[in-house]
Amino acid sequence: MNDLGFPVLSLMLAVPMAAAIVCLFVSANTARWLALTATLIDLALGIVLWMNYDIGGAQWQFVEKAALFDRFSWALGIDGIALMLIMLSVFLMPICIGASWEAIQTRVGEYMAAFLLMEVLMIGVFAAQDIFLFYIFFEAGLIPMYLIIGIWGGANRIYASYKFFLYTLLGSVLMLIAMFWMVNEAGTSDIPTLMAYDFPLEAQSWLWLAFFASFAVKMPMWPVHTWLPDAHVQAPTAGSVILAGVLLKMGGYGFIRFSLPMFPDASVDYMWLVFALSMVAVVYTSLIALVQSDMKKLIAYSSVAHMAIVTVGLFAFNRQGLEGALVVMLSHGLVSGALFLCVGVIYDRLHTREIDRYGGLSINMPRYALLFLLFTMASIGLPGTSGFVGEFLSLLGIYEVSSWVAIVSTTGIILGAGYMLYLYRRVAYGVIKSDDVAAMPDLNKREIALLLPIAIVVLWMGVYPESFMAPMRNDVGALEARLAAVKPVGDAQVTPGTAPVLTPAAHAEEGHH
Amino acid sequence: MNYALWFQLASPEIVLSASGLVLLLIAAWGGVQSSRLVSVLTVVALFGALALSFNFLLGDSFANGADAFYGQYRMDRFASLSKVLIFLSAIGCVIVAPKFFARDNMMRPEFPILILFASVGMGLMVSAVDLLTLYIGLELNSLAAYVLASFLRSDDRSAEAGLKYFVLGALASGILLFGMSLLYGFTGTTSFIGIQTAFADGVSTGALFGIVFVLSGLAFKISAVPFHMWTPDVYEGAPTPVTTFFATAPKVAALALTMRVAIEAFGGQQAIWQQIVIFVALASIILGAAGAIGQVNIKRLLAYSSINNVGFMLIGLACGTPEGASAMLTYLVIYVAMTLGSFICVLDLNDREGHPVEDIGKLAGLSRTRPGLAAALAIFMFSLAGIPPLFGFWGKFVVFDAAVAAGLIPLAAIGIAASVIGAFYYLKVIKVMYFDEPADVIAPSGSKARMVLVAMAALFLSPLGYFTTLALSPVTADAARALFWAA
Repeated sequence: MNDLGFPVLSLMLAVPMAAAIVCLFVSANTARWLALTATLIDLALGIVLWMNYDIGGAQWQFVEKAALFDRFSWALGIDGIALMLIMLSVFLMPICIGASWEAIQTRVGEYMAAFLLMEVLMIGVFAAQDIFLFYIFFEAGLIPMYLIIGIWGGANRIYASYKFFLYTLLGSVLMLIAMFWMVNEAGTSDIPTLMAYDFPLEAQSWLWLAFFASFAVKMPMWPVHTWLPDAHVQAPTAGSVILAGVLLKMGGYGFIRFSLPMFPDASVDYMWLVFALSMVAVVYTSLIALVQSDMKKLIAYSSVAHMAIVTVGLFAFNRQGLEGALVVMLSHGLVSGALFLCVGVIYDRLHTREIDRYGGLSINMPRYALLFLLFTMASIGLPGTSGFVGEFLSLLGIYEVSSWVAIVSTTGIILGAGYMLYLYRRVAYGVIKSDDVAAMPDLNKREIALLLPIAIVVLWMGVYPESFMAPMRNDVGALEARLAAVKPVGDAQVTPGTAPVLTPAAHAEEGHH
Repeated sequence: MNYALWFQLASPEIVLSASGLVLLLIAAWGGVQSSRLVSVLTVVALFGALALSFNFLLGDSFANGADAFYGQYRMDRFASLSKVLIFLSAIGCVIVAPKFFARDNMMRPEFPILILFASVGMGLMVSAVDLLTLYIGLELNSLAAYVLASFLRSDDRSAEAGLKYFVLGALASGILLFGMSLLYGFTGTTSFIGIQTAFADGVSTGALFGIVFVLSGLAFKISAVPFHMWTPDVYEGAPTPVTTFFATAPKVAALALTMRVAIEAFGGQQAIWQQIVIFVALASIILGAAGAIGQVNIKRLLAYSSINNVGFMLIGLACGTPEGASAMLTYLVIYVAMTLGSFICVLDLNDREGHPVEDIGKLAGLSRTRPGLAAALAIFMFSLAGIPPLFGFWGKFVVFDAAVAAGLIPLAAIGIAASVIGAFYYLKVIKVMYFDEPADVIAPSGSKARMVLVAMAALFLSPLGYFTTLALSPVTADAARALFWAA
């Protein structure tokens, strides 16, 4: 079993699952409280998990295994990377429930059930140690998200929900075929074993591409990112938070867990593909973000740009790049989630996401303006916030591999500052243009309770990232070791210079002048 | 010659035939009033045959199967598993039918009796190891089916469905017979194993034609592309309980028969039929999915869905391996549950006057007016689309796993990519039920029996279904192995 003496990961899946079923049959208010309780229990279990995680101990901890099914088994277990992503999920979930407390008034029971189911599937994705179990959790997330967007979404929700569903489904079906091949070849569906298995070189390319199709859509990478702005704009606030906060991270997690360790040679071969797509994404989506008039769309495009920094960092094949990418993932999960919450706060008051309708909010909503400013700065990557740590490390990592990629990716930070500050100026500064904006009240207690915890963690991660990086260090090290054999030679060959030897004669000569 | 043993092996069919004849007499004397009694007795008889088949399937006494009637008939685990599925589907159809026909006062005792005789024919089909038994079983089933399709005599659509089914079915039987005569002419035998022996050293051109014709005739019966055209019309026109029956039991029987013919009779010449099956499978998947997109009638939609699903099952056959056959049987089990469940849901869609509602648009907002039924239908749709964690995914999982293991990776890749097209129209049904404003057309259910059946199917197809895989897989693997006994 594990150190705790009870199957903590299964319990973390069972609690929201049970609550989801009950939510379907109870009244709206009961469903809200039940969902909040269940997600808080999961958060508590997550903290227990983190407290008991033995940093520097076994690579896989809290391992559970039960042969419940034919051909695949109920195998759960986490390493430091999965631990951090599970923490992100369980941390954001109560906030999502809180954000929907008043915004969702129709079919509350079903809504809460869909979110709790979503939580089960997210934790399942990060904890699964069987490749098919992973696939089931990974794909199953489509169903609740489809319903969340389609039932509680905005005006154009049907189109967005279809696009989300079919895009991601098409991306991942080929991955399943690749998984079949791998399991046939290696004779096991156990992820840790597969991570150490050396697949034949000619097969790796195909397998890598099949997995890439899935993760690139999920991530999302340019040019298969177009589902994301639609899904974000139409989804309810909490749906956007979970989409940006956790679902996008599944793509990055997939690269770390599957593509890089299982197909190291193919990863190097296709490194330039990833770099090219990422560079386009950084510049292109940042420029698109600059001209958006819809707040949610702007943040959605900024997500694509930030995720491109993640892929660049991951394919740098060195410690700085990998750790940086992971921190960007965590940081972006918090910051973009918080930004969507900020949009949700004013959307609940004015029912529009048009940037031009707002202005001067720092006059009548000072507390809101302060928190919004903090998250804007974190999104830009200001030192002291979580965004800085991740982006700095990622770019440092990639600089070792390719100066050009580093230079192009760095423009993302400048452009990021451009569109985020421009957004903030238009929303918070200036004069109040209309009476209905002037009448908007500042944050209430519930909203502060949602945003403040995120703000604290964002600063914590910015000032003392060691708390978050320590559990992942050994796992990044293991991955780096796995990739060491194929690591490409970078173009930044820094060679220590030799100091000019100063001879006494030279001194003497100098002395004459 | 051991008649006692032979009768024992054929006991499921004998029980059904005998009860069918007795029930005919009851119906002749009792008239329309006896229809309830006849229905109940039919269910009892089918349960009896089901129990016998179950016994053969799980018992050890005939673990390796046995031949009867001079090599015309074989009882093995493959046949028994198919019969279990066939009889279960038939029971479901007999149970849900009376309520449907009662509205038009059209319930006749002949309905359950026809299903009974069709079941006898299907039992023979899956046990046939000789072209003659095959044909007799097929025709016994088809004749009953033609009558069933036009059971609502006064309804134009039903009469049209019956006629269409009959004309095209007769054509297909002709094609099949022609192929069989070629096979007999070029191999000198009608027994499957004899044909396999004759094919051991090559296939002559004439016999090749025979193979193609036989497979074409069978493709019609399983409604695989390019012989699928009758399916949407017949499914739409036939009374819904009859459609439920057509989409389940005869499909199982015809697919099982196709498997036995391909693997046993043509087993030595896999390269020849494999390419045909691959083409038919991909064409069925793609056309079944694309054809469904524009449909507004839910029965037509399900007809295309069944064409689509047959395509996925044929991928299992295309592998030509025991794993492929086992995967196909697993898919068949899940397919029966999905189809039975969704058609019974359709049966329960009636407006306030009791008229059946088949227009998908009228299901708008069903999740508010009838949350239970909508949830069940959503489970069936997501299952048919093969989205995990619903159990419908498992069918696709095993089939594609077998295809990859058999080295048919391009086939698997194209097939699974085409399944995304299918997801589109299944999503449409869910969208109408969950996202649209209620149209409030559908009346509350009046039938507990239907709800129980729907709930059972939905429970099986929910993620809980995965817990049955440990029990199900050995059974299908055993059944599949029975097909390869001569290989």
